[in-house]
Amino acid sequence: MTTRSRSRLSLALDILNHGGLLIVALIFLFPFFWMVSNAVRSNAEVLAIPVRILPNAFEWDNFAKAWTQLPFGRFFLNSLFISTSVTIITVIVSCLSGYAFARLKFPGREALLMAYLGTLMVPAIMLIIPLFLIVNSLGMVNTFQGVILPVAFGTFGAFLMRQFFLSIPMELEEAARIDGASRLRILLSIIVPLSMPAIGLLSLFTFIGQWNNFLWPLIVMTGSENATLPVGLTYFQTQAGTQWNFIMAGAALSMLPGIVLAILLQKLIYSSIALNAGMGGR
Amino acid sequence: MAAIDQATELAAKPRARWGNRLERAEARTAFFFLLPGLIGMVLFLVVPIIASVVLSFTNWKLLGTPEFVGISNYLRLFTADPQFWPVLRNTLFFTAEYLVLNIVISLGLAVWISSLKMGQRWFRVVFFLPTFTPGIAVAIVWMLIFAPGGFFDFIMGALSIQIPSMLTDQTLAMQAVIIVSLWAGVGYNTVLFNAALDMVPQSYLEAARIDGANAWQRFWKIRLPLISPTLFFGTVMTAITSLQVFDQIYVMTRGGPGNATATLGYAIYQRGFQNFQMGYASTIAWVMFAMIMALTALQFWLQRKWVHYDN
Repeated sequence: MTTRSRSRLSLALDILNHGGLLIVALIFLFPFFWMVSNAVRSNAEVLAIPVRILPNAFEWDNFAKAWTQLPFGRFFLNSLFISTSVTIITVIVSCLSGYAFARLKFPGREALLMAYLGTLMVPAIMLIIPLFLIVNSLGMVNTFQGVILPVAFGTFGAFLMRQFFLSIPMELEEAARIDGASRLRILLSIIVPLSMPAIGLLSLFTFIGQWNNFLWPLIVMTGSENATLPVGLTYFQTQAGTQWNFIMAGAALSMLPGIVLAILLQKLIYSSIALNAGMGGR
Repeated sequence: MAAIDQATELAAKPRARWGNRLERAEARTAFFFLLPGLIGMVLFLVVPIIASVVLSFTNWKLLGTPEFVGISNYLRLFTADPQFWPVLRNTLFFTAEYLVLNIVISLGLAVWISSLKMGQRWFRVVFFLPTFTPGIAVAIVWMLIFAPGGFFDFIMGALSIQIPSMLTDQTLAMQAVIIVSLWAGVGYNTVLFNAALDMVPQSYLEAARIDGANAWQRFWKIRLPLISPTLFFGTVMTAITSLQVFDQIYVMTRGGPGNATATLGYAIYQRGFQNFQMGYASTIAWVMFAMIMALTALQFWLQRKWVHYDN
């Protein structure tokens, strides 16, 4: 074989390699396409046999109808409020605890940190029953505080922030300390602005985790008006005469924030997962 | 002089640890910084864990007063409950098949992506997308795909494959749940393994190529051993989450048909929040926790045989 034909062969293999994965990726994306394609057709067309890949008539206003009539709009706002609140509390609490663990000396620091790490091993589903009983005894069933507070104090954030704070040079805050700034001031005006990558990461994963959370809001939000989007989606699923087109529109709405964030913040997500890959099993 | 210095230093040492005023002030600051997190952790983590143990020895049904019943919940679970063993079997079956397929598929995709000359990050995003979407929405979309006369049946018909409806068939229903879980779950491990592959030094692969190792050998002898710590991490995390599977089953099958897809996670929900047997449901939760611990311990034991750490 000449060098030229060999390089031509390797180019052909390269194209085949990319094309092959492209086909796999397109097949993988099919459920997203199917969701949108069924969201914008009439319900009769969703149930038509044989199936139609594309609707005969596009009904784009199904999204608006699903938002107002079902009411996925209300569920969307409930989800947004709950996820945002949990994220804000988690970030504040994690920064405070993380700073104490990273920079302040106090008796029992290492032991407490180990206790924080230990709680990460407890699977969420284990706590569902006692948490519900606590929320019940506080009279917070079917309230936003009932759904928000029990999930807003995860210990992972404190550990994440501690790790990041440790990487910030001590000298940066020493000058401020000599000037007599309080620890809270130092945290707010020096440490936090430098920690935006870690805070962003914590916010992103907390927000998405809560946005996608199902079992906890399902149990606490007993009234349909307070349901989150995932819980709301299941309300219409078993009723006779299921409006599949609206449900698909609702499903698309619920997926939108995650998809947008996954695309926009792909570098942040990749670098955080790469960090896991680098530390894996060590 | 030096001796005196040493003596005063020694005398001061015990006090210097937490005694002096500045350090006490620092510890006080730390206390206030930790307080919000501590209150939350005690109230929503420590108390629930303890309550869960206690509950598992009672017959509390939400209303009425709980009664201490000793180990009778555990006895009933293992000896009298006709649903427990099928549920346990379903959970282990799901975990085994899902875990193996997830790791094989995500590793395959990760290797494939890393072989590309361009577009790596876009392929990563594509496979990662479902990871960031609600499992409930994913399951609902797949329900429509699997619905009788739906897209899945259409494809099977086009391939002239005779197959009963996935979600109502005793054996196929679990396969449908696994397919959906894989679609929703392979993305994270794909990105994780892909990131690990990216960290394998090119010089190692180059050296092996010069020594005449083909792509197959380079994968098994160099890349796989080097990413084995990450592979191990991914396997442990995936096993822990798959033992808790709930969302897909709640939407797609409600544990049915019969109890063909009822898993431990679903059983906890059913006993706790449909039958309000809080005590009994807590017992199942502890069995699940024991299984998670056992499986994790098993994997840590096995890792000595296949995980390669370079120091």
